[in-house]
Amino acid sequence: MKVFFTAALTIDLDKETWECAGCGHELGSARDNYKKGLLVRDREPSEIHAPVLDAERYEFTFAPDGDWCRILEYCCPECGRLAEVEYLPPGHPPAHDIDLDIDALKTQWAAREPLSEPALGPEFVAPPHSH
Amino acid sequence: MGDDMDITGAASGAVDAFLSETNLYLAPDPVIMNNHGLEPRTAYEDECISKESDPVRLEIVRERILAGVNESFEMLENMGAAPGAKWGDCVSAVYTESGDLSLASSGGVVIFCNLVQYPIKFIRKYWSKDKTVGINEGDVFIVNDARYGQAHNTDQSMMMPVFHEGKIVAWAGATVHEGENGAIEPGGMPSLAEQIWDEGLKMSPFKVAENYTLRRDLVTFLQNSVREPKLQYADMKVKMYVCRRIETRIHEAIAEYGVEAVVAALRMNLEDTDAEVRRRLKEWPDGTVRHSWWTDGTLRENVQIKINLELTKKGDELTFDYRGSSPEFTNRSNNSLDITVKGMLAQLFLTFIWPDIPRNQGVLAPVNFIFDNPSVLKPGFGTPSAQSMMTVFTAWSAGQVATMKFLYSNPHKYTRVLAPWFNMINTFLFGGLTQHGEMVGNVCADINGMGGGALADRDGEHGCAPIFATMSDIGEQEFIEEEVPFIQIVSKKMMKDNQGFGRQRGGMGYQMVLAMRDSDAFGFMLTAMGAKFPNIPGLFGGYGCPTYPLARIRGVNVFEILKNDPASFRYSIEELMNERPFPDAQYSTHPMTLGYTLAQRGELYMIAQGTGGGFGDPLERAPADVMRDMDEGLISDDVAWRIYRVVYNKETLHVDEAATAKARDEARRERIAKSKPFDAFCKEWVKDKPSGKVPYFGSWDDKTMVHAGDPDKLHPAGQVVPPVVMAHPLQVKIDKLEAELAECRKSGNR
Ligand SMILES: [Zn+2]
Repeated sequence: MKVFFTAALTIDLDKETWECAGCGHELGSARDNYKKGLLVRDREPSEIHAPVLDAERYEFTFAPDGDWCRILEYCCPECGRLAEVEYLPPGHPPAHDIDLDIDALKTQWAAREPLSEPALGPEFVAPPHSH
Repeated sequence: MGDDMDITGAASGAVDAFLSETNLYLAPDPVIMNNHGLEPRTAYEDECISKESDPVRLEIVRERILAGVNESFEMLENMGAAPGAKWGDCVSAVYTESGDLSLASSGGVVIFCNLVQYPIKFIRKYWSKDKTVGINEGDVFIVNDARYGQAHNTDQSMMMPVFHEGKIVAWAGATVHEGENGAIEPGGMPSLAEQIWDEGLKMSPFKVAENYTLRRDLVTFLQNSVREPKLQYADMKVKMYVCRRIETRIHEAIAEYGVEAVVAALRMNLEDTDAEVRRRLKEWPDGTVRHSWWTDGTLRENVQIKINLELTKKGDELTFDYRGSSPEFTNRSNNSLDITVKGMLAQLFLTFIWPDIPRNQGVLAPVNFIFDNPSVLKPGFGTPSAQSMMTVFTAWSAGQVATMKFLYSNPHKYTRVLAPWFNMINTFLFGGLTQHGEMVGNVCADINGMGGGALADRDGEHGCAPIFATMSDIGEQEFIEEEVPFIQIVSKKMMKDNQGFGRQRGGMGYQMVLAMRDSDAFGFMLTAMGAKFPNIPGLFGGYGCPTYPLARIRGVNVFEILKNDPASFRYSIEELMNERPFPDAQYSTHPMTLGYTLAQRGELYMIAQGTGGGFGDPLERAPADVMRDMDEGLISDDVAWRIYRVVYNKETLHVDEAATAKARDEARRERIAKSKPFDAFCKEWVKDKPSGKVPYFGSWDDKTMVHAGDPDKLHPAGQVVPPVVMAHPLQVKIDKLEAELAECRKSGNR
């Protein structure tokens, strides 16, 4: 059974593995940090959030300061889908952000119908117009 | 010390009574302040519930009272004089006899009323028995000291006991972000506050009206304590009558359904909410989600401040563990009380996760909190917290990211998963003499213009609502300009490329270009983080917001330019700053942390509202959506290519689908080629301490040890000795200049 855990990551409950939600590539034990199965790249933040104001003339330009902030991009080694983006001070250890009790997850899903796609939640309904 | 005395039995009761009667100072009571859960059911509530337990009937009573509370909220919003009231930064609510928040108005700011439980409990505990105070029908109490229970001192709450046949059966409350409170800077949110006494009014809960009549002696004292005396009086009257309307509606409900039904409805509302929240939490996966974020200043200096969150869900309980966050700043105002963190998180659940749950404090009953004491999220009693938003909003966003990672997999949801909302108050505070000769000090309603986060299948909404009030208004600019002596020459105009990129993009922020026009004494201040380190991330492969500066153009009077040479004006920050159309003017950028500064007529102050975070990989954004953003002027050719990799005809915006697919494939291959496996990457990238280029506060890799500015020195969390005391920024500047001067003199003498 598959659990759609994030928009980029699926858990195969039978195999107890993380998978890329894009291509199904296996990313390692679901009891471990999924990041270990991904590739990482350190980006200078201004490569993403480019300066809007002339960086030659101004100290503050709308681009984050590289001495304060780096952007780590995690992608699937197979299909290259961007799975997670982490903003960190330079050299700060990346978070083990999703750390699950897989046995509890199995028990929970044993009582549930498998899903064929992620459940988005209720559709937005505009309130009736009144005034 | 009395704490060490070992007294048991009857003597201890006598000692307790003696101590409580002779207490020289009634500080906030830790027994009250440390409990965000529900009070135990009283014997009377038990009796009422045994008589009235039909859920359908109780629901009718609940809706009846809620309609009254909503009516009172309309009054508050329409009659309130403070800008905060006019644009929805207010709330009204009903509390149980014990003081628990049972029903908040459907509009307005839940955190405000969630915190009013604390002063009500203080009043019950201390003033009900005190012969010099007492609680009688027609009494109204007021509070603004956050340490007794408010989000920050700029808010003022009034509370009224609701009696039935001589007995209190409920409480009514109303809160408004009043703004001005007599602090060291105008507007009520002083970033200059170095001591709690710089924060202005410190109203512990006290009785300000008897027999439904405000005491003019006390009102006059309060008017003399603030810069807006008329507003102080007007809004005290408004809040009192709002409480009175709630009282009337409760009395009517009692007349129709009986007091037992009303008391049972208020109590069961809390218990049912608690039970339903536990049921919903059971649907979440068990585990821990970790998320750290950093703010980049205290409002007086740029330093890196960590907010560390480990959110653990087990069974039907949730624990927010904020240990490892920054130490407190003992002479800065950016600390947040823990009750403010809790109240903000109640708002996260009640408006962003379970908007269908009744708005009351039962939502937090299954939730635990852990803080280092003291720390930036649980400061000491004497530590300022007037600008708590600078840290509590980051703590809130960490909670928003972490809860979304628990929510996405749930087969049954009550609302949709959302990338982070923009969270910072990119707006102007202002103060001085208006064109009508009135003294004012307040905040622009653009505080409510935060961009919404993207959803899995929908872009975020532009300049939508603040994180603390999903239903609020950014105000009518022309209406505001009738009251204050400045205009927004560029107002509510989306700022190009100010976007949280993603498969779905964040709702964008607009730019504001202000100039003061009609006053001899008027100034602005800005109090926002995020000029060095962005305020929010994206979600699941989406990016966060960029950073936001203040841009200024001095030495110019744009009103003369608009009169004499209007064609030379430019209608965006980007063009004004990069093209420099006014030859003699001075152009500069700054962090968005301007202390109160007197404005010259016609000089420009320019900022942008923030964007919400993006959702998912930007390379999967539908090319048609990228072109729609192009067509609407929201992004540049650079972003359409560099971030979204869309190939299109620049004249017609016609997409070349095949070329786009090819370019995106190449970009994915480039990603893979330039990336490394995680473990290999970490070996090179992870350092054992902060770089030292930036003063760093908070834990690094071990949440039990924190830095207090020095990368080489660690302290046990909660035990930073000596405590953090920041040098005066001007002193820092003078020391630097003096050192330079000494150097010049030395070389000059040679
Ligand atoms: Zn993949």
